[in-house]
Amino acid sequence: MTVWTWLAFAAAVAVALLAAAEVRRHAVTQAAGRRFLRHPTATAGVFILAFFVTTALVAPYDPAGQIDPVHLQNQPPSTRFPLGTDVYSRDVWSRVVYGARLSLGIGTLAMLVAVTVGAGVGAAAGYFRGGIDAVLMRGVDVGLAMPRMFVLLMAVALWERLPLPVLVLLIGLTGWFGTSRLVRAEVLGLREREFVAAARAVGAGPTRLIFRHVLPNAAAPIIVSAALGIGNVILLEAGLSYLGLGVPSPLPSWGSIIYDGQPYIATAPWTAGFPGLAIALVVLALNAVGDGLRDALDPRKEAT
Amino acid sequence: MTEPLLRVRDLKTYFVTEHGSGTARAVDGVSFDVYPGETLGIVGESGCGKTVTSLSILRLIPEPPGHIRPGSFIEFEGRNLLTLAPKELRAVRGNRIAMIFQEPMTSLNPVFTVGHQIAEAAIVHQGLGRKPARARAIEMLRLVGIPDPSERMSGGMRQRVMIAMALICHPQLLIADEPTTALDVTIQAQILELLDRLQRELGMAVMLITHDLGVVAGSADRVVVMYAGQVVEQAPTGELFARPLHPYTEGLLASVPRLDTRVSQVRGRLHSIPGQVPAATAWPAGCRFHPRCPYAWDRCAAEEPPLLDSAGGAAAARASRVTQAPLVQVEGLVKRFPGERGLFGLGRARRTVHAVDGVSFAIAAGQTLGLVGESGCGKSTVGRTILRLIEPDAGRVTLGGADVVALGGRELRALRRRMQIVFQDPYGSLNPRMTVQQTLAEPLAIHRLATGPEAKRRVAGLLEEVGLAPAFAAAYPHELSGGQRQRVGIARALSVEPQFLVLDEPVSALDVSVQAQVLNLLADLQRKRRLTYLFIAHDLAVVKHIADEVAVMYLGKIVERAPATGLYAAPRHPYTTSLLSAVPVPDPKAQRQRIVLQGEVPSPAAPPAGCPFHPRCPHPKKNDRCRTEPPALRAVAPGQFAACHFAEEPM
Repeated sequence: MTVWTWLAFAAAVAVALLAAAEVRRHAVTQAAGRRFLRHPTATAGVFILAFFVTTALVAPYDPAGQIDPVHLQNQPPSTRFPLGTDVYSRDVWSRVVYGARLSLGIGTLAMLVAVTVGAGVGAAAGYFRGGIDAVLMRGVDVGLAMPRMFVLLMAVALWERLPLPVLVLLIGLTGWFGTSRLVRAEVLGLREREFVAAARAVGAGPTRLIFRHVLPNAAAPIIVSAALGIGNVILLEAGLSYLGLGVPSPLPSWGSIIYDGQPYIATAPWTAGFPGLAIALVVLALNAVGDGLRDALDPRKEAT
Repeated sequence: MTEPLLRVRDLKTYFVTEHGSGTARAVDGVSFDVYPGETLGIVGESGCGKTVTSLSILRLIPEPPGHIRPGSFIEFEGRNLLTLAPKELRAVRGNRIAMIFQEPMTSLNPVFTVGHQIAEAAIVHQGLGRKPARARAIEMLRLVGIPDPSERMSGGMRQRVMIAMALICHPQLLIADEPTTALDVTIQAQILELLDRLQRELGMAVMLITHDLGVVAGSADRVVVMYAGQVVEQAPTGELFARPLHPYTEGLLASVPRLDTRVSQVRGRLHSIPGQVPAATAWPAGCRFHPRCPYAWDRCAAEEPPLLDSAGGAAAARASRVTQAPLVQVEGLVKRFPGERGLFGLGRARRTVHAVDGVSFAIAAGQTLGLVGESGCGKSTVGRTILRLIEPDAGRVTLGGADVVALGGRELRALRRRMQIVFQDPYGSLNPRMTVQQTLAEPLAIHRLATGPEAKRRVAGLLEEVGLAPAFAAAYPHELSGGQRQRVGIARALSVEPQFLVLDEPVSALDVSVQAQVLNLLADLQRKRRLTYLFIAHDLAVVKHIADEVAVMYLGKIVERAPATGLYAAPRHPYTTSLLSAVPVPDPKAQRQRIVLQGEVPSPAAPPAGCPFHPRCPHPKKNDRCRTEPPALRAVAPGQFAACHFAEEPM
């Protein structure tokens, strides 16, 4: 089993290196790509993300498998268990790796929901302006004024045990307000551009105008805000799970692993420390990539 | 005005064909005047009825098979030639009206000597004796430059002899039917010069019949263009050459090979009118020129266009394009933009900006209206409001009878097929995320004109039409140059096959050389597709090349509107005069007085009282009235309108 652990680790590193190299190679050929590479941390971010995604796919152990509950409780990191074991003798490495699957998955899906709703609302408000804009934006103001954590806590309290898809939806539906503001501002500018007027002049209706002409040109800020937003969602999910209200045990999301490990933080710090480190690394990586994308996709720099 | 020497009204000369199978309507309702002392050019291809017209005047039509239809009227010196008795008629022929023919070789009788033939007319008509007649003949020969008539004569000399013969009785009217066609260029020049000189010396009128507009240009005062037995255009020579109105005239002009051809006009290829003059037994229905006309549309085949007075003024009567009802009509167009508001809508009151303040005009089908003004005068708003890209606050806009302002939703989008726009900024007007193919295929998809491979084919065709290789279909806008992008913008506008295009400063963002290319492209497309243009520009020079009529805007109002020729030759509003003087002339030697306007354009939110132009007006007579009373747009010359209290005393 040890061999598989290390093989998987090596494979993940190799794939991540390859991915980072490939991104670099591709990016150098384009102006936008070169702006991306101007951030040294952006490439590192790509490496870290690629690493976690790969490990999530090739993890060797069953994350819930209790290998030897009697003798292998809270073992420190070793060659057999690179990140040690927890109180139930589960391999922390496997749990962190599976946690990546869950945390990244929830983050991405919730962000997709948020971006979809946010872009839709923002585009409608910015494109139609007037009454629609006023109503939608006042709604957004209300949404932004509500503390997100408490809204989620309330929902969880109402549901008691929250099914995962509902959690994803809840996180997504409470996270689109910022995006909608951003998209609205972008659309307000874009709708006055001549190519939009030209499309209107050839007879395009509002749906076509918004989806073919306006939104694709607002893609850059949307992508950037999504990349930065995933990190936020991961933190949020970790927080919820840490409070025991997010992903139910024994499913290993990073937050729930920390929750499981926290009673032993003094005797077995690795059980809570490594998932914490993973969260920190991924959020940092997402921020780095997001920053890189922001510069790369900034249309104002298109000319240079 | 002096009385015309010759007055031809509704002349119809028909021939019964040999087999009796039909009637050749060689001359079919021709009217024109010849004034004393002037040269009238009659132009047209062979078979258009020019010669039959001239023969009809002298009643030299062989009858039968020919006959002049009742209702025709030819008055010469107050007498109707058509009702004159043969004897009286002979007194006119060769005496008061003389004629020289195309073929000098065959028009001279080889049996008699030249001197004899010349003298004969004097003997017959003026009752001179042989001797004085002979002296007169020699005098005439000297006049035409043949001091010593010998037996062998060149073509040029024979033509001179013919002229001498024609002139011996000092006629009032000389009909010269293709007098130089059979001659060398140098001899032609001599003969034309001679005709000119004799006309000046003898004070006679000349009817110069020719197929060659080059000949007419140098000699004629006015020109009548004939096609298929009818007059299609009639105008003073200068105006005809500067602004031919009938497509046939335009074609004839373009066909003349010339040394001074402007590159922008011909670009290496010599134009030719397609096809031939149809047979006189079967003139086409509707407009007789329509089968060969590059502008022809449905209506041309159905209705015969009447000869109308163009707005051009003078004594010009012209047909064709001008005769069509306006395609685009704008009445009292108003667009206001609400001004700034203070925080929370409080603070000082809004000041509304009248971007467009009661603009009216009409554009006939196939014509171009140039809309000119400084930036901020509201000209672009006019263009966009017409297309309903901006909603007007008041006014009417009709496109071919359809009320553009009243339509909504689906109907409006359907109407958009017929009207399109080309934008100023070739960088901003193309979606940066769409390829050329996608950009051009989109309108086809919206209006369900073509999809899939058919759309691809159509896009390739459009690209070719605007002068781009089909390979450009795969390109993104940022891969194209400004001129190329603008061509794509034009192709997009054309993709739905519109009738009307708003060209919103289509060339002002382009280099001068590219400007010329794009302007030529637009002119070619207009000709080919019979497009109607509203050409918006800040520069009167650019508009001059393409516009039939020009409207000048200042602070949301039209201050002057006139046919292009009139406006450039004699602007009536001081603002137009200033704009014209501001156009740079690429000639360091050109002496010109430049009028520099003082100050900036006032804010349209607070236009000056009275005449909006008065604070900057350079007119020396400007007075208190200008400061208090806004001048109305009123007619100041035929077709010319100006909003100035002193339009009658232009600067």
